[in-house]
Amino acid sequence: MVFILLAFLVVSCAATGLTGWLSTRVFYLLSVLPFAAFAYTLAQAPVVLAGGAVTESIPWIPQLGIALSFRVDTLAWLLALIVTGVGGLVLLYCARYFTPDEPGLGRFAGLLLAFAGTMYGLVTADDLVVMFMFWEITSVLSYLLIGHYVDRKESRGAALQALLVTTFGGLVMLVGVVMITVQAGTTSMASIIDQWLEGPATTVAILLLLVGALSKSAIVPFHFWLPAAMAAPTPVSAYLHAAAMVKAGIYLVARFAPGYADTPGWTPVLVGLGVVAMLVGAWRSLRQYDLKLVLAYGTVSQLGFLMVIVGFGGHDAALAGAALLLAHALYKAALFLVVGVIDHRTGTRDWRKLSGVGRQSRMLAGITLVAVASMAGIPPLLGFVAKEAVFTAFLEAGLAGDPWGWIALVGTVLGSMLTVAYSARFFWGAFATRKDAAPSELSSHGWGILIAPGLLSAATIVLGVGAGPLVDPALRPYAETMPGPGDYHLALWHGFEPALALSALVLAVGLLLFWRRAWVARVQDALPSTLDASRGYWLSVRLVDRLAARSTIFAQRGGLPQYLGTILVVYVLTLGVASALNRTWPDSIRPWDYPEQVFVAVAIAIGAIAAGQARQRMSAVLLVGTTGFGMVALFAMHGAPDLALTQALVEMVTLVVFVLVLRRLPTKIAQRNKPVKRLLRASIGVAVGATMAVVAVIALGARQDESIGTEWPRLAGEAHGRNIVNTVLVDIRAWDTMGEISVLVVVATGIASLLFVTGRAGPIPRLVGSRQQRRGQNRRRVLVDPLAPGPEASSSRMSWLLAGRTLAPDHRSVLLEVLVRLLFHPAILVSVYFLFVGHNAPGGGFAGGLLAGLALVARYLAGGRYELAEAIPIDAGKILGVGVALAAGCGVVSLFFGVEALSSAYLEADVPLLGHLSFGTSTIFDFGVYLVVVGLVLDILRSLGAEIDRQQEQADLSEESKDDFSGSEVAR
Amino acid sequence: MTASATLIVLMAVLYAVGITVMLERSLTRVLIGFMLVGNATNLLILLVSGPSGTAPIVTGTSADEAMADPVPQVLMLTAIVINFGITAFVLALIYRSWWLAQLGDQGDVVPDQHTGETEATTEAPFDAVDLDDAALQKILADSDEHPYEPGRGLEENR
Repeated sequence: MVFILLAFLVVSCAATGLTGWLSTRVFYLLSVLPFAAFAYTLAQAPVVLAGGAVTESIPWIPQLGIALSFRVDTLAWLLALIVTGVGGLVLLYCARYFTPDEPGLGRFAGLLLAFAGTMYGLVTADDLVVMFMFWEITSVLSYLLIGHYVDRKESRGAALQALLVTTFGGLVMLVGVVMITVQAGTTSMASIIDQWLEGPATTVAILLLLVGALSKSAIVPFHFWLPAAMAAPTPVSAYLHAAAMVKAGIYLVARFAPGYADTPGWTPVLVGLGVVAMLVGAWRSLRQYDLKLVLAYGTVSQLGFLMVIVGFGGHDAALAGAALLLAHALYKAALFLVVGVIDHRTGTRDWRKLSGVGRQSRMLAGITLVAVASMAGIPPLLGFVAKEAVFTAFLEAGLAGDPWGWIALVGTVLGSMLTVAYSARFFWGAFATRKDAAPSELSSHGWGILIAPGLLSAATIVLGVGAGPLVDPALRPYAETMPGPGDYHLALWHGFEPALALSALVLAVGLLLFWRRAWVARVQDALPSTLDASRGYWLSVRLVDRLAARSTIFAQRGGLPQYLGTILVVYVLTLGVASALNRTWPDSIRPWDYPEQVFVAVAIAIGAIAAGQARQRMSAVLLVGTTGFGMVALFAMHGAPDLALTQALVEMVTLVVFVLVLRRLPTKIAQRNKPVKRLLRASIGVAVGATMAVVAVIALGARQDESIGTEWPRLAGEAHGRNIVNTVLVDIRAWDTMGEISVLVVVATGIASLLFVTGRAGPIPRLVGSRQQRRGQNRRRVLVDPLAPGPEASSSRMSWLLAGRTLAPDHRSVLLEVLVRLLFHPAILVSVYFLFVGHNAPGGGFAGGLLAGLALVARYLAGGRYELAEAIPIDAGKILGVGVALAAGCGVVSLFFGVEALSSAYLEADVPLLGHLSFGTSTIFDFGVYLVVVGLVLDILRSLGAEIDRQQEQADLSEESKDDFSGSEVAR
Repeated sequence: MTASATLIVLMAVLYAVGITVMLERSLTRVLIGFMLVGNATNLLILLVSGPSGTAPIVTGTSADEAMADPVPQVLMLTAIVINFGITAFVLALIYRSWWLAQLGDQGDVVPDQHTGETEATTEAPFDAVDLDDAALQKILADSDEHPYEPGRGLEENR
């Protein structure tokens, strides 16, 4: 069974691709899979018919006792046959139904097949949680399938409505699932049902489960989504909304009925709501003109009927319910498919415009007649057999003194009368010849499309005639799981019984209603349309929308300063109150750690205040830079060489990046703030500063325990590292670093996407002929470059950088080029050195990566964007990807060795020149970090450097061409 | 544990200036404020690491006794690199917004997008959704509650 599900998953994913190749013929191929599953299920018959069950189980989440366990007993077997059989036929039908130019055909094919697989999983799953998972997947797939015509409003709206209603039910059901599994101590449905739990908690859990079942099966008050879902293509309506998905709720009730039909509330809810749904659906079906909507409301009615009988409990009712389930799947799927054929051939589903369809297509009419007759309960069809069984079950329960038996009997007899009426009206509507309507013109589709409905109708006849020998023994094992006695047998002929009389009465009254349809219509128009549950749905949906809009308007009116200000004021107030109440002030305070600190601090403070005052972008940036370098000094003197190193490198790169961006922005910063606001801002700032100072003092005074850092030297020793900071980063707390480099990748991608509007995957701008120039003997030869400013300039002199000549002469600096030529490779070497010694000395992936990045920055500054591309002709995204893959790979590989993720293994050696090296997997991790940092800097240079250059050049070019144009105009 | 008054004052100054600048409308100023606040926060972490000491590199000698607390250092190292990434990102944002607007020296000013907003403009997006709903409702209504027209015969109506 797991294998079948896997096959469904794989083929569904492949379906889109296959459709591009096979067009509509793909459906023939896809239908093989459901038919294979059908055959496989049939092969399980010997075990199932003997009352046994085929089981399969794979542990999944042992901590919660959840397993991928599957169990095919009679009920699951029946439903598995229905969903795979009907599924295969519907797929066959699709091959003829759709034309190759149908939009989104591949997606549709994949989704429909995936739905068939999910449905198969739903009915065969034994684990309640797994079953629920399939349950929710069907909701999502149904949403996607109903919304197949994405450009139609009603289709989108209907899809969303179906999704909201069924997932609402699903959510309620999830609570029930959790409750019942906790009470039973198992997630296996078979074992839950065997336990026969009782008590208020069980009652609540079961009722919550029923909410899910009712919403899924479109029972009043959730029935309104089903007619709206008819916006889907007809094969979807036939499969999801007649044969399969809406049966999931019925299935759940049937599944739990053997153990929980006596739960308080069960019978009133199911029988009561079922009868209401049956009557409401049938009543509304009688006034439809759209053939599909006649069937849709009819389905609501029939689902109500099924709910009543399946939820009734007892041997006879269970047998009748299973038979009705089968009968309904066969005739309703056939009818929907027939409507699809009529719709396609005549171009309308409104029967007032149809005339003479029956005369022109005898075959179609014959197939429909069988299905309709089964729906109306006319012998010798399966629908009749099932209905007889239902009436008998209710009658006997009523005679035995169960009042619900009488309620169910009266309700379903009335409902069945209406059913006969709308069945007759459907057939007459679709196939009659009308005097007032022009004869419909049928386009020919060949008989291939009739295979699926024809087979379904044939099955209705065969199983009806052979009900005694074929259907009865197959369904009996399920009925026998019900507590209590029962001796009813499904058969075509039971002799002259009360049920037969009821059937005759139903037929007679139903046909009378059809005959006097004008009179019925008048009554219907006279009665107000009550029970419009969809109105409640619209109201609640709109209420949520409005509420969200209102609260957004209320909470988010201002700009960024206002939000920030609000957050900060709240922060100051809360922490201010807290510190005012504080009683744990430190005993003493040192003026400084060391005297030099004061000088550095004053320098930083001056830089910061000046930066706050600066009116020009560049000076503001430089002043902020001084605070950064001041921090470097503080770190260095504090005893944090790694920090000092990293901060210094970061400050340098930051400065360059700022300059790269700011060169295109105007020099002055726009100022539009009123003096009042300035005062307010300053007071908020001062208040935050003061609060932070107080918080810091209190926090330090309140500290009682030793730092956890006291243990770290020992741990670092275990991790073969002497530099504690780096060891912590790549080993002890490697997970944090993993998160950090992920942030860096996101940032890099964000920057690139902001600058490269059309995508950064474009070709990297390379120099023409750079490969030859790189060769040793050609190093001194000068290459002729079309991008060079003038051929005469590049003819004789050698250049220090590969792309130096691509820059305009007034942008070039020979001094810079020489320096970069001399320093680039040593810088890269040192960065690699940092990477490898990081474990024992200051350095590591971050510092190394930043240094390498800085070397690239120098290359770019001296030689422009072509030089950058020559320095590292790889896409930044690939470097980032490899970096993350290396780091993540370290984590995954250690799992294979049976240790925790990101554990390290070591290999130590004394290497000349580099000294004692301990090469561990943590170094590979650090190399990943290194690559991510290099990738980040490269992405920044590509985006904020090279791309801005390009845009600038483009802007200059268009400026020039504009000038040229105007010049020539003047000349003329 | 005691703190260095110098560092506390410095931190307060950095926070005060940083926040004041950050509350302005110009994105460049916001970024400068952000960098100052970032430095201030690093100082806060530095403060809680206690007194200065030797570098947290195990030498196996008595110097290890005077080692500075490594925990805040690791936190700060992470913070420095992330700060750098965010700074670069905001720079890209600034450039992008300027490039889109091309409004000269007003280009990187964040407009108050929601100040002139009324209930009607806010609800406009929902109208589109309502149209979807309405279309669906109409389809349902048309096919369902067909009104009886007295002028015509019953059979025509049905």
